[in-house]
Amino acid sequence: MSFPLPEPTPLSQPYWDALKQGRLTFQRCRKCSHSWLPPRAECPECLAAEWDWTQASGKGRVISWVIYHHAYHEAFRERLPYNVTLVELDEGPRLITNIVNPDAGIAAEKPVTLQIEDEHGVALARFALT
Amino acid sequence: MRGKYVIAGIGHTKFGRLPGRGTVSMNVEACRNALADAGIEKSAVDALFVKVPTSKYSSMYGQTLAEAMRLQPKVGGVWDQGGATNISMISFACMAIDAGQCEVAIVCLADDPKTGTRQAYEKAWGDDGAYGWFSVAAGYGLTMQRHMAEYGTKPEQFGEIAVAVRNHGANNPHAALRVPLTLDKYMESPFIIEPLRRDDICLVSDGAAAVVVMSETRARELGVKAPVKILGFGQGQTSYDVPLRPVLTETMAKASAQTAFKMAGLAPKDIDIAQIYDCYTIAVMMTLEDYGFCKKGEGGKWVEGGRVAAGGELPINTSGGLLSETGMPGLQLVMEGVRQMRGTSVNQVKDAETCVVSNQGGIMTTHSTLILGH
Repeated sequence: MSFPLPEPTPLSQPYWDALKQGRLTFQRCRKCSHSWLPPRAECPECLAAEWDWTQASGKGRVISWVIYHHAYHEAFRERLPYNVTLVELDEGPRLITNIVNPDAGIAAEKPVTLQIEDEHGVALARFALT
Repeated sequence: MRGKYVIAGIGHTKFGRLPGRGTVSMNVEACRNALADAGIEKSAVDALFVKVPTSKYSSMYGQTLAEAMRLQPKVGGVWDQGGATNISMISFACMAIDAGQCEVAIVCLADDPKTGTRQAYEKAWGDDGAYGWFSVAAGYGLTMQRHMAEYGTKPEQFGEIAVAVRNHGANNPHAALRVPLTLDKYMESPFIIEPLRRDDICLVSDGAAAVVVMSETRARELGVKAPVKILGFGQGQTSYDVPLRPVLTETMAKASAQTAFKMAGLAPKDIDIAQIYDCYTIAVMMTLEDYGFCKKGEGGKWVEGGRVAAGGELPINTSGGLLSETGMPGLQLVMEGVRQMRGTSVNQVKDAETCVVSNQGGIMTTHSTLILGH
């Protein structure tokens, strides 16, 4: 049983490297300033290929969440029940994540703060309810 | 094009477990049954539109199937919009016939996730697997949770949909699951991915279905006994990834329905029956809203009191849908729409003259709408 770790590509490697260094980053278009995640080679708004990795404030809010009561992968069986949450960063991009303190009560629109955690040697962008 | 094209025949295999059959064999059986139902010879067919089997992709599958039926279609191939494919292919068939490209089309699908692989539905979503983000169901759960948070929709209101559809299926001898459901039993059913309960989730089934599409004129020439008119159709697609949708609780089902209603010259109030793609109860709730049967966010209240059950104002999924008849993605809903318009459903709605059918794929990613009527 192997843990389903991210498989960085040349495009996404800087994202994972930055997390390892304690920074959450997203892509911002040099032409139209649109901001996005997950990593892609062209701006999905204006289709330009010129963009920069930009550091996020680490602040965001809950859009929605689910609680798994069934493990679709062996590695998660012992964590049941566990949450997967959709967070929108203050800067706009959204990401799938886990809330580290779900007992505080996950709810839509609640503010959250970045809490980077180690998972099998990889830095993941998790969040705490604030 | 309103009323100019018809569904001339419908056919299907058994639903449930069909080990070892394979999708080609199941497709051929469904096509054979659809041709028999239309009362026409295979030689009349000059177009073959096939939904790609989601569970096990195969290159140029449309031609594999054509070969298995010794057909050389003028227009053919596979289309991939997930579950929305079927109605989209029916509309493409109408357009191709209208453009003089062909005359008689078979539209079909087969899949065997029950006894084959269902990996397509349970896999991780890319690198987000590290957060435990797995399965198609989870995307529906995420959408359902947002609907509940934003509009105060209650679990019991999703239960109303499950109960209505399951009880319709219990009455259908072809249904894979014939166990009726009560609201209490629904509430007791275990969470799979909260807020999704087991009974919010459709069946996993093997099976195939096919329909024959042609012009009303051609149907008359060929002596088709019970053609059912196509009054309107439409489509709409949104982002592949649920998290990237601008608004989680809205889909392009709205655009799809608007196109179809405009073509048919009808409005939701003119519809007698609806066959709504019920892979998950949240999909039904949002489709009813997006179609305009009620306002966005009011679906929960709207379905209360048996409104969508047999005998209600708008009976839905009268043969049991994906929750009870078969988990097959979509064509069973079209076939039941045809039976209702013919007057041959096991849960026949008296004097019904119009039926809207929805198909959708992915996680409310793709959508298509069909309006049938007299």
